[in-house]
Amino acid sequence: SALAMSSAATTPPSVDKVDGFSRKSVRKAKQKRSQSSSQFRSQGKPIELTPLPLLKDVSAQEQPELFLKKLQQCCAVFDFMDTLSDLKMKEYKRSTLNELVDYVTVSRGYLTEQAYPEVVKMVSYNIFRTLPPSESNEFDPEEDEPTLEASWPHLQLVYEFFIRFLESQEFQPSIAKKYIDQKFVLQLLELFDSEDPRERDYLKTVLHRIYGKFLGLRAFIRKQINNIFLRFVYETEHFNGVAELLEILGSIINGFALPLKAEHKQFLVKVLIPLHTVRSLSLFHAQLAYCIVQFLEKDPALTEPVIRGLLKFWPKTCSQKEVMFLGELEEILDVIEPTQFVKIQEPLFKQISRCVSSPHFQVAERALYYWNNEYIMSLIEENSNVILPIMFTSLYRISKEHWNPAIVALVYNVLKAFMEMNSTLFDELTSTYKSDRQREKKKEKEREELWKRLEDLELKRSLQSDGIIPT
Amino acid sequence: MAGADSDDSLYPIAVLIDELRNEDVQLRLNSIKKLSTIALALGVERTRTELLPFLTDTIYDEDEVLLALAEQLGNFTMLVGGPEYVHCLLPPLESLATVEETVVRDKAVESLRKISHEHSPVDLEVHFEPLVKRLASGDWFTSRTSACGLFSVCYPRVSSTVKAEIRQHFRTLCSDDTPMVRRAAASKLGEFAKVLELEYVKSDIISLFTALASDEQDSVRLLAVEAGVSIATLLPQEDLEALVMPTLRQAAEDKSWRVRYMVADKFSDLQKAVGPEITKNDLVPAFQNLLKDCEAEVRAAAANKVKEFCENLPEDSRETIIMTHILPCVKELVSDTNQHVKSALASVIMGLSTILGKDNTIEHLLPLFLAQLKDECPEVRLNIISNLDCVNEVIGIRQLSQSLLPAIVELAEDAKWRVRLAIIEYMPLLAGQLGVEFFDEKLNSLCMAWLVDHVYAIREAATCNLMKLVEKFGAEWAQNTIVPKVLGMANDPNYLHRMTTLFCINALSEVCGQEITTKHMLPVVFKMSNDQVANVRFNVAKSLQKIGPVLDSNCLQTEVKPVLEKLASDQDMDVKYFAQEAISGEFCNCCSRVLCNFAKTKVSNPKRYSLSKLRLCHAPLKRLVLTRPHISTSLCGNISIMPPKCSRKERRRGFSNRSNVEAAMSDRRCVFQCESKSTLFGLPEVDARARERARERERARESESFPTSKGRYISIKACQHILLHQIHKIMIFKKASYDPFKLKN
Repeated sequence: SALAMSSAATTPPSVDKVDGFSRKSVRKAKQKRSQSSSQFRSQGKPIELTPLPLLKDVSAQEQPELFLKKLQQCCAVFDFMDTLSDLKMKEYKRSTLNELVDYVTVSRGYLTEQAYPEVVKMVSYNIFRTLPPSESNEFDPEEDEPTLEASWPHLQLVYEFFIRFLESQEFQPSIAKKYIDQKFVLQLLELFDSEDPRERDYLKTVLHRIYGKFLGLRAFIRKQINNIFLRFVYETEHFNGVAELLEILGSIINGFALPLKAEHKQFLVKVLIPLHTVRSLSLFHAQLAYCIVQFLEKDPALTEPVIRGLLKFWPKTCSQKEVMFLGELEEILDVIEPTQFVKIQEPLFKQISRCVSSPHFQVAERALYYWNNEYIMSLIEENSNVILPIMFTSLYRISKEHWNPAIVALVYNVLKAFMEMNSTLFDELTSTYKSDRQREKKKEKEREELWKRLEDLELKRSLQSDGIIPT
Repeated sequence: MAGADSDDSLYPIAVLIDELRNEDVQLRLNSIKKLSTIALALGVERTRTELLPFLTDTIYDEDEVLLALAEQLGNFTMLVGGPEYVHCLLPPLESLATVEETVVRDKAVESLRKISHEHSPVDLEVHFEPLVKRLASGDWFTSRTSACGLFSVCYPRVSSTVKAEIRQHFRTLCSDDTPMVRRAAASKLGEFAKVLELEYVKSDIISLFTALASDEQDSVRLLAVEAGVSIATLLPQEDLEALVMPTLRQAAEDKSWRVRYMVADKFSDLQKAVGPEITKNDLVPAFQNLLKDCEAEVRAAAANKVKEFCENLPEDSRETIIMTHILPCVKELVSDTNQHVKSALASVIMGLSTILGKDNTIEHLLPLFLAQLKDECPEVRLNIISNLDCVNEVIGIRQLSQSLLPAIVELAEDAKWRVRLAIIEYMPLLAGQLGVEFFDEKLNSLCMAWLVDHVYAIREAATCNLMKLVEKFGAEWAQNTIVPKVLGMANDPNYLHRMTTLFCINALSEVCGQEITTKHMLPVVFKMSNDQVANVRFNVAKSLQKIGPVLDSNCLQTEVKPVLEKLASDQDMDVKYFAQEAISGEFCNCCSRVLCNFAKTKVSNPKRYSLSKLRLCHAPLKRLVLTRPHISTSLCGNISIMPPKCSRKERRRGFSNRSNVEAAMSDRRCVFQCESKSTLFGLPEVDARARERARERERARESESFPTSKGRYISIKACQHILLHQIHKIMIFKKASYDPFKLKN
């Protein structure tokens, strides 16, 4: 794909009439992404399933037995990359799965103890597989079309069946926990990396149900999600199901009991906050911000570490991410308690002051929108004696030199608001603006001189140690 | 804060620490990067007692700053007072080894490993090993991950009781709850095995290896594969089968393609580690399976190893194994559905011909080569063509030439310019192998067609290609075949084609020599100086500057100079500029073979040049020597100064008024001469007479012999002002790694 892209990128702007070079390379129409299936080890020979009677056609006593047989048949996995093979049997399995879905939804008394291992086995055989390598070298979820799972016609029904099974009134976690164990959950979590969004959506529901019904697995699930996120942040930066996992976590956090356990706080600070550093933040930012705000609503005392964390990971080069951070910060400020606000206002507004003076107008604009938020305005007003001096320099400078007139207009409004809030301080800052700048410049000069001296010293020392200059 | 000299008390720690705390991250980062300077200012004792505790306490910072800090501390031994005190560095590094960010942690571990060697055995046990233990039993996974990298550096130098403890810690980490730690342990398993006594390799490592290789996470299992290869090299042959092979066999058939990929990727190492017998019995079938794997990634990795694997097969059965087991798989890969697999194979398949010999190559491999030459994917064809030399040795290229030609022609006209570019680069090689006749007949027209390609990069590569062809086939060939065609393009209605003529002349003049250049090329260049397009005109000026060195001085004065002077009064600003550049370049320096391409720095004086960017255009500069009078040889990255010949009086003044700047390139030397009245390298503007004198001096000196003697003395362009101060800096910073008197080719 690198080749294809570059040939498109070489189109020079036509400079001159004399240019007689016709451009020969016309970019080929983009090829449609072929669907890729997960790894499939073909057994070589066609799969034969003996058709069984419909469940509704046999007597009630025979049904559990037949149900088991059908589950066993559905363990057979077909190769969907080969669109021509086993057509009849694929269709048979599809209709059987459909029948099973209906059966677990409406029937009563079918869930014998023997059925549990068979259900879990059938589900495992179908859904657990090593996900294939991504088609494109570097799959960019924002740009590239996801590769869809070829075996979806069967897979969807298996997921559907499993969810109905978990939600069934007869379902007994105490029996199921023997089969739906840590290993099962681990494999389930690995599937969240699937490129197919339809599959991830089903997985989300499945995991959510399991978390709800199996109390013994909860801590394990949280820990494994931790591990997935840490690996995602610090090792691979690649995992397709982050948004889905965060969505589940959002509802989990909602249910945390107070006071929060140390484990949960650690999760917030050591896992959720670092998730902001990932390049593909935009894909799960909404869910992440939701989780963070959930935490803060549970325990306002966490505000300071959260905001400090965000400031630590504040994006330096990616304006798009910066806008997202500002959005999240506003969500946090919406629920912040005034006592917490006072604790972090200084570092916070230093950052906001930098954002306001960003040459990227979207960043500046997003930051300036804070002044439209009544709650934030009230907080600023209460603390104007601290915030105004921090903000003043940037605001004053932008009002003079920002390239974007819309920003300048917004800044004027903000300055006006400050003036109304605290006119004495405002006048004072205006009058000392120049001398403050000069003082800064002087300080800067002193810094430079210090370093120059330090370097001279180092130079001399090394010359001495080399014996070039006598000691 | 006044006073600059060396009294340490003048640098209160507070001021320095203020710098390290600066609000601006960039400034903080800069300060940290110069931490050694700060330490130097403080002296060893205060570095130990004041700076290091500060650094240990304020570890909470941006990761970028922490990374710089972790790196700095690795080189701090001398700054804290030498090996005796090196353990002072452990506390800050220990904290750094526990941070979240992987790059910081890795750097901290790297630094710890580095300074571990500077510990005495006693210090290692008293200070270093307890640190490793603390890390290994840390609460959060980060410290445990870092610990994994430290076992192998301290193990060999501690007592046997401590050794036992270290082994125990490693064992614990291999079965850690967190997969991140298990991954770290798995990746260091091989390294750790290497420092262990053989009995412990057998008793401890093997069981760890087996456990990691059947971990529930494929990311752990795949790391165990590499460890397996290292372990196999350590064990005696008779233990391999029982201890390692079952696990490796299982890895080759792992259900995760990532693990199988890893096996394929490490296959050659594995083969060397296990020896010929196991290779024959186990690896051959395993390799066949990998070549037939259901994932293309795995097949491509295995295909990449085909040649190496075959080469390393035991000689007695090599041919049979290849013919009966490997070749059938290779044949299938030639028509694989995945282009990466095919192109991986194409990059190595030619190598098989040397292994199999002439007859087998013709019978079995040739059809495969030919099939790949016709492959739909250009990368496959390119890979075949780029490896033609292997086949050439065995069966001669003629066997292929019938199929080769269409393949080359097709690539030459490929719609993607990068493909065209790639094939151009192989042209000189192909020309050499196919011979001049074949080339003239079939390929010459292609080479000329590229000159009018619509992509500049192709035209540029095509001119360069012509130069290389002339180097191969000689000036006479050039005069008969390509020069007329190139010069013909000077009349083309398209100005881009006309410019291509100039670019070709630039490239060809030197290889074609003075006669052809003066007789045939120069008139065309002159004619083009009247071109109506300004771009062509200023390229004429540039060309004249470039080909100047090839021409004799008479011609330069009587013919070239007037043309340039005319261009210097052109209406167009750029034409004027380049003409003036050429005039000053040619006639001030007299020799323009090597032009100093000084990057201008933005300073008040516009004609001041930054020394660090001094470099010669065209040829990469191998050496430039500048020397201060009282420093006999001073060294720096690109520049140093030759010992100048100056009087004692001058020397006493500290400056010489004349010194040589020597630039040496791979095959020739150029010597610039600097003159100065006041400062060493600052030259006052030279007036016309001085210039004249300088030129005379040069002529006089031309006879002086220099080792490679092709160089000429030239005076550096007036007013190249090099600050002494800057030279100091460069000398000192690059000193360790640079030897000016060792000429590299």
